[in-house]
Order: sequence, then structure tokens, then C-alpha cells
Amino acid sequence: MSDYIGSDFDPVPLQGILAQLAPQGRAALLPALQAAQALYGYLPEPATVEIGRALKVPLADIHGVIEFYSLLYAQPKGKTVLHVCTDPACALRGGEQVLAAICQRLGVQPGETTPDREYTVERAPCLGLCDHAPAVLRGQEAIGAVDLQSVGDVLQGRGNHPVTACYGETNDLIAGCGKGRATTLTEYEARGGYAGLRRALSMSPAEVIAEVKASGLVGRGGAAFPTGVKWEGAAQAPGQPKYVVCNADESEPGTFKDRVLMEEDPHLVLEGLLIAGYAIGAAKGYLYVRGEYPAAYQALTVAVDEARRAGYIGEGVDILGSGYSIEIELRLGAGAYICGEETALFESIEGKRGFPRLKPPFPTTHGLFGKPTVINNVETLANIPRIVTQGAAVYRQLGTEKSPGVKLFCLSGDVVRPGLYEVPFGVSLRHLLFDLAGGVRQGRKLQAVLFGGAAGAFATPDQLDVEMSFEGLRAAGLPLGSGVVMALDETRDLRRILAGLAHFFAHESCGKCYPCQIGTQRQYEILRRVADGKALPGDAERLADVGWTMADASICGLGQTAASATLSALKLWPEIFEGKNEKL
Amino acid sequence: MSDVTLTIDGQLVSVPAGTTILQAAQSIGVEIPAICYHEACTPNALCRNCVVEVEGARVLVASCVAQVAANMVVYTRSPRVERSRRTILEMLASAVDLSEAPEIQRMMRDYAADAQRFPEAERRDVPLIDDNPMYVRDYGKCILCWRCVQVCADDAQYTFAINFSGRGYETSIGTFFDKPMPATTCVFCGQCVGVCPTGALKPKSEWLLEQGLNIEQVFAATRQERKRRREPTQMSGEEKGGGHD
Repeated sequence: MSDYIGSDFDPVPLQGILAQLAPQGRAALLPALQAAQALYGYLPEPATVEIGRALKVPLADIHGVIEFYSLLYAQPKGKTVLHVCTDPACALRGGEQVLAAICQRLGVQPGETTPDREYTVERAPCLGLCDHAPAVLRGQEAIGAVDLQSVGDVLQGRGNHPVTACYGETNDLIAGCGKGRATTLTEYEARGGYAGLRRALSMSPAEVIAEVKASGLVGRGGAAFPTGVKWEGAAQAPGQPKYVVCNADESEPGTFKDRVLMEEDPHLVLEGLLIAGYAIGAAKGYLYVRGEYPAAYQALTVAVDEARRAGYIGEGVDILGSGYSIEIELRLGAGAYICGEETALFESIEGKRGFPRLKPPFPTTHGLFGKPTVINNVETLANIPRIVTQGAAVYRQLGTEKSPGVKLFCLSGDVVRPGLYEVPFGVSLRHLLFDLAGGVRQGRKLQAVLFGGAAGAFATPDQLDVEMSFEGLRAAGLPLGSGVVMALDETRDLRRILAGLAHFFAHESCGKCYPCQIGTQRQYEILRRVADGKALPGDAERLADVGWTMADASICGLGQTAASATLSALKLWPEIFEGKNEKL
Repeated sequence: MSDVTLTIDGQLVSVPAGTTILQAAQSIGVEIPAICYHEACTPNALCRNCVVEVEGARVLVASCVAQVAANMVVYTRSPRVERSRRTILEMLASAVDLSEAPEIQRMMRDYAADAQRFPEAERRDVPLIDDNPMYVRDYGKCILCWRCVQVCADDAQYTFAINFSGRGYETSIGTFFDKPMPATTCVFCGQCVGVCPTGALKPKSEWLLEQGLNIEQVFAATRQERKRRREPTQMSGEEKGGGHD
């Protein structure tokens, strides 16, 4: 304490927290930094020195970690940080204008803090509130449907607190969603919740894995890897302890399905995670929730507490008399899209910058802390209780032969009824977009659909009859991705949209490998001038070379898909990349 | 270990299992260009210039880390490989000053890479940092190969004086809260300077000679500075931090 005589830094409250975190060592670095930031409003240097001492992390490394994550601040910020989303869905509905209006009212530029330290305004990557565009995160509070009139209200914390509308033809995953609050444990159990866990615990782990394999479930995070095969790999891998991780770092622009599941039906996700843990013999599980999802984190915090009190979670608790037990830890991300990449997420839990690792080795043998690990997306895990309760045969009654089950789609953009849609695999895009979601807003014509998110591709109106299944979309050259269906009407300038997507990737590249580190920046620069009508001769070739180099040579999925939308547009509409900016 | 037979650019080659594709290619005289790779450092395969095309693989494979497998068919200069290497080199040249990176310049000639390919590109131009008597840091030449960070950390010195600042294209090599080197844990071992491939890190004396000083002036300048650094006004050990024990 003598270190701080004469300074106004009070280390005592932080030291109390650090004493609890110290046994975790470096793995507690992000929680420690987040706790310090909650205490001091930012990360003053002496606080980081305290953290370094307690967790035994080199100071240069701590600074490197702070610098990596958008939501960690080395400099003082305003009491309230306003995160204004300007990514595709919000941009379509005036996000840029809202950002400009907020900045003008406060007399700051994006990224700046008001002189009275009341507000900081940040341009935010997609907040997962696409169905309530344009959206703002005011501190911990989401506000949707912001317009130029309501900017003053937003500053005061008033406004439309978004509840995602849930639609669809089945009700398997969204049974507990659409009510605007979290299902309690009592409600969840009354609905048959935790029956899947109960049944799983009455089976052998191998039987559970066999059931999941038989269901044909594949990952819903974007990579579509067979879930049962992943579980089997980790279950059979040598090495202890084993870990199970829920990847709740949803941040693909246009995606909000996982947010809704976590905010409204957190026990469904938790039950899936516990079953996965049992199947592979994991002693510990992590839920890594995106930093921009405070409400989901809060709902899961409550759910984990409820489940712990009910004896479903905890070291050595002997869940339901089965002899199995698992500890669950919640982690909050700190603002980095790349941490949705599974190995970057492990690095983040381990207290490092979120750099993706080289693969092989794969997580099933060398995952979190180098141990066998299963990492599954939120929606993937939400499928598990039903598969175990009803059996694979019943599960396969919905969907197609090659894409069994149901899928959540996130509809946004120029669509009459944006929201979360649950449909069996195999319906047509036309059915989803027109029959269920009401078609294009304001009676306009459809120009294109952005499919699969920023890392996705465009579908054209002549592809409306494509079958929404893995095989159907693959045949049409479209990625299912994370289930994004963003409608773009005939008035939209695709160049502007591409420039926006490119900005997102340039902002979110981790900077590890050259193709993505430099390629995302060059792609953004070129698309910005294309959007401004100032394309240079050869820009289409530059975009193709940069795009294919990122796709072919990047280390991870972020870089490999950072040019997907651009390459798809180059193929569909080569003329828009040439010179003058005239409306199509 | 048993030998593995594979095909590289049409040639059959047998190497021990566990050999990397890069080493296997070298063994038959096929040169694969690599920028970040260094024998003394843990390979991170991040420059991606050593990528090769492997039949059946969805994306290109980094040959500095990918191990050979039986019956693997490798192409080290296919059109996809050439495009990636050329574009990576062109993008590098658009970002940083490669004037003191002769190996990369040679690669650019080999791959017909155009240093002016990306007009109007934002370059990583940053001022040279001259904050210690031993070396200067000219990050306008830094290609982020990570070697300096690695040798400063657990690949060699266990000093942990440097790490990264920023993210993505804005990434740079930095110190704790951007402190000058003498206020960090740096022990001036010089290992980082030794592994730097582009002249971004350079001995102070060499840099002063380039500035036109003669030997005597250089010696006087660095001696005086060394002496000044030893004065009791310098940072205490406590403020230098540490914590990597």
C-alpha cells in the first residue's frame, strides 16, 4: 500500500478480489481486469501492476491483453459508454445517422469522451439486436429502434427495450422464448426441463454419445461439424481433466439467436452443456458469453445459481445420485469477434490475447489448457436435451435426411417481420422470407439476401426456392453460416453494404497472420472507394487477389471468410466494382 | 522413426515421419520462401508465405509446421500458391518499409510482386524510437513476425519486456503502457535485434553510423548515454515492474 502514497489509487478493494482469483493464475486475467475496470472505471496502471503481481503475469503481457480487447480501457472513459451499432442491419436502418446525432449532441467524435466524463461514444460492432435496428447499448442496457427523435431519450436511458419476437412452425428450441424475460428453474422443470439430464445420467456416456451421433446433429455455430463425432473424439482422447465449453461469443453480424436463447431460456443451454460434460467425462465446464451481451450474462448467472442450489452443478455434488459432478464457470468476453473462433476462445479463457491457434492439433485432443475439450455453440447445446429425452429417431422426424432437426434463422434487414424463426430444415427461402416473415418492407422488391452473416454470401431473387438445408444451400453455393437471413431491398447500394462488412473485418482481425491482418485493411480501403464512386482501374482484380489470398492462406475461419461476401458480389455483380457509382 | 514417402512437385521423396513439408522440400532442393520462420523460435506459421497446395486439403497449408503424411501430394508453386505468395508480398510492401529486408526483396522479384500494387494504401508509418543506449526501434519497418516478442519471452530470454499493442492492422510491438525501454524489464541482451529480419530493430551504434557520425562520435554518444542511464535518477526496480517470476 505504501506504493501508492500520494496517489488517489486505492488498491484495497482490488486486492480483496485478487486474493480470490490468485489460485487460478493467469487464467483469471480477464476476470481480474474486468473487476478492476468495474472498480475504477478503467484500468489505471497501478491496478494492472497489482494484477500482475497477484496472478504472476508479466506486465508487458497484461498491456498486450488490454490492448487486444475493445471493452478493456487503459484510459479513463465516461461514466456511461454508448455503444452505437453501425453494422449491416443497423446501418440499413440509419445507424450511422444515429451515431452522428449522438456525437453531435454530446460534441464528441466516435471513440471520444465528453469533457465532463459523463459519456463515451463508441462505434460498436454488431450488437446482436438486428431485429431492433438501429440499436444502442447504453452501459449494460440495450435500446432498440432508435431514431433521430429519440436520441435524447437514449442518453437518459429511456427507450425501446427490445424483446425479440419468435416465430416459426415448430417450437422445439424457442419454447421458452419470446416473453422478454428468463425462464426460472421452477418454470423450466415444470415444462419437463432437466429430464434430458436425468435421462442422460441413467445412460452410460457412450450411450449418450451414440444417441447424439444417431441424431445427425451438426454444429450450429457455422462450421457444421458433427456434434457426436466431436464428443466421441474428446471422450476417447487421453489426458485429464477434460473440459466442456459453451461458445456463447455470438458476434457474427446479423446473428442474435444465441442471445435470445441465453436471455430467455438459459437452463436449456445449461442442460445441454451438463449433458455434454457427462458424455465426455468433463470435470469442468465454461460458458464464454460475449462481452456485448450483458443481459445474457445476467440471465445465465442467475440460472447457474439456481442450478447449483438445485444440485445440478458443483464440484463433488453427485448430480441426481449419479456419481457424476461438474463445476461450471461463467466467463464474460471483452470485445473481440475473433474469440468466437474456438481456439482463440481458449486463449482468452487462459488470459491471453485472442489469437487463433494452429490446427492440428484439434480441441478434442488439445483444447483448453491443452486438454481434451468439447466446445459447442449455444444453439447446438440447446438441441441436446430433446435428443436425449426423445431419442434420435424422433429428432430425425423433422428436417431432411442429411439435415435433421430444426434450425433457428435470424431475419433482419428490409423484412416486414424481423425476428427469430424456428423451422425444420428443408423449407424454402421463399417460405421463410415471404410466407413467414411477410416479405420485403414497404412493398419494395427484393434485391438480394445476405446469407450467413458478414462471413456469408449473397443470394439473388432467382434463388428464392433454394432449400434451407446444409445440402440444399451447398448445392446453391450459399453458406448456412450462423443462420443469418438479411433482406436487402431494391433501393440498397450493395457497395455501401460491402464497405460496411469490410470495415467490420478490418476492425475485428486479430492481426496474427499476414493475409488477414493486411488483407482486411486493404479490402476495406478498396471497397470504401468503390462505395464512394472512386474505384481505381484494377480494383476488382485487387479485391479478387486479396480475397482469394485471405480465403486460401489465412490461419483461421475469420480470415478465410473475411472476403466471402466480396467474392460473392464480384461473381454476381462485377459491374458494381467498376468506376462510377450509379444506382443499379 | 519410420520413413514417409510423398510427392513434392512431381518428385517422390522419402523422409522420416514428423518432418515438416518445408524440410522435406529442402531435402530435394525445392526452396519454399518463409518470412516469419526462424530455427530458434517456436514456429507460428503466421506470414503464410510458406503455404503450399496439398491435394485434398480445402485451404493452403503452412509448410513450416505441417508434417508430411504418407502419399501426400504437394505443389509448392501452383497458381493458388503463387497468387497467395505474390499478394502477401505486395500487401507487405504496401504496409511497411522493406528497404532493409533483402530476403523479402528477393522473394518479391521471384514472384513478380509489384510493390506499388495497392495505391492509396494506409502505410504503417511511425516515428523511430530512440530511447536507450543499445538499440533503436523503427517500427515503420516492422513486419510483425513476432520473433522479437518470442525471444524476449519463453523462446529464449524470459525477460517479457515487450508484447503487442493494438489489434489487426493496427498491431505493433509495444511495452507496458508504452514505457521507454529502460523503464521496462529489458536487460538489453540484444536477442531481439539478432532475430529481426527487416532492420526494424538495429544496434544504436550501427544506426548512428548510418546517420553520418564517425566511430569516435558514436562511442562518445553511446558512452555518455550509458553513463546517464546509470545515474541514480533512473527508475527504481519497483517501478520497472516484473511479475513474471
